[in-house]
Amino acid sequence: MNNIITANNISLSYNQNETIINKASFTIENGSFTFITGASGSGKSTLLKSLYGALKLDSGTLLIGGTELNKISSKKLNFLRQNIGIVFQDYKLIKEWDVEKNVMLPLIIGGFDKDLSKQQVHKVLNHVKLNHQSNKYPLELSGGEQQRVAMARALAHNPIMILADEPTGNLDDYSAELIWHLLEGANQQLKTTIVVVTHHIPNTLKVRYNHLHIEYGEIYEVN
Amino acid sequence: MKSIKNHFSLIVALFAILFSIEVLIINNRAINAYEVKLASNYSIIVVSNTLITNKQFKSYSPYIATSKELSAEKIISKLQKNISKQNIQLLKLAMPKFYQLKLNHYPTPYQIKTITNALFSNPNITKVQDFSNTYNTTFKLLLLLKTITQIFTLTIFIITILLISKEMRIWQLKHKERMNIMGLFGAPVWLRSAVLFRLAIVDALIASAITAMLFYIISQTRFIKAQLSSIGININIFLPVQDGITLVIISTCLSIILASIIIIGYKEEI
Repeated sequence: MNNIITANNISLSYNQNETIINKASFTIENGSFTFITGASGSGKSTLLKSLYGALKLDSGTLLIGGTELNKISSKKLNFLRQNIGIVFQDYKLIKEWDVEKNVMLPLIIGGFDKDLSKQQVHKVLNHVKLNHQSNKYPLELSGGEQQRVAMARALAHNPIMILADEPTGNLDDYSAELIWHLLEGANQQLKTTIVVVTHHIPNTLKVRYNHLHIEYGEIYEVN
Repeated sequence: MKSIKNHFSLIVALFAILFSIEVLIINNRAINAYEVKLASNYSIIVVSNTLITNKQFKSYSPYIATSKELSAEKIISKLQKNISKQNIQLLKLAMPKFYQLKLNHYPTPYQIKTITNALFSNPNITKVQDFSNTYNTTFKLLLLLKTITQIFTLTIFIITILLISKEMRIWQLKHKERMNIMGLFGAPVWLRSAVLFRLAIVDALIASAITAMLFYIISQTRFIKAQLSSIGININIFLPVQDGITLVIISTCLSIILASIIIIGYKEEI
């Protein structure tokens, strides 16, 4: 299998004095399911941010799908992001848009046909069991429902990779189970690369996965 | 309801600016019409020992539009009972020429002084009556009215700009989140900004329409028409097409500038 992510000696920090990731190297295979774990403040979310180009590297090289992120133009970065689905811990739903429009966001950005987009939105909303809530606004939903909307948005455009930051962090058991099931399904059926930042790897997972652990700024592969 | 509230704040701010600008436009239009009326009634009387042609008068000042020789027959006819015909003929030959000069616009006191001095450069001109005392009072009154309107407009404009800049900060916070989320999903800048520009333009059009409608209704009221008519102004102080276009252009430009500042100031959040 090809590597979709190749990191060589990457260092990350929010300010130059405080290094969070220090000269780490790792690879993530295309179509794989990967967990990134670590203690709170270890740099899991920081690493994930660098994977979608929201945080620049201090040093090293990071290749996503063969494109070096530090040298990428904003046009190419937009194109890259259009092919990635991101699930955030704080959901990042647009409050003034209803559920249907929120889920449609990647399809609007991708310039898809409106009718086809609507069909696709209702298909994924059906997967996350929220078809009946499509006209509601994010603030009218529970945390679990909002995260399921965010999950539907990440799946809507059939991305090549899904990056999820603590997707089940604050969720009830039902919503958490549903999220893991959807991520597994996307990985198994659509061969989507899944990268999940989490504190705990669920026991119920049936899929084969890789495990990267961050400690003291270094990244280890756990067998 | 929330959406109406979002629109309302910018519409009110834009309306305040447009209202003050339209007051300035209408006031200037009314004053200009009044000045034209005053200019048509105003004239300078010149007394000369020799004949002076219209062309010669115009050469003294570009402000002089026409000259008309005033007949002395009325004065002479009053003397006819007491003076012989021969003496009247001599009197006619000896009498100076009287001219009434009309100007092509409403002049400033300085321009009147310049015209008077230019006329006196001709040694045959013995007297120039410019009625400057009466004229200056009217001119100063109009100037005061103009200045007051300009100060009023400027004050409202400054207050509204402050209001809009506050509104802008609220917009910045409100739209930043949406623009940020769109950016994380790869939306190009034009798409992230499209919603903002659409909102700004819609608000600008609504504010222009409200202002234009309000001034149209006001200008059509009997009271306003009677007031203007009483001072001899018989023009439409509000021109729907011309003023409407002006209002749309001003409000659209303002809201586009506002939206552009938000977009320029936008930085992707980490």
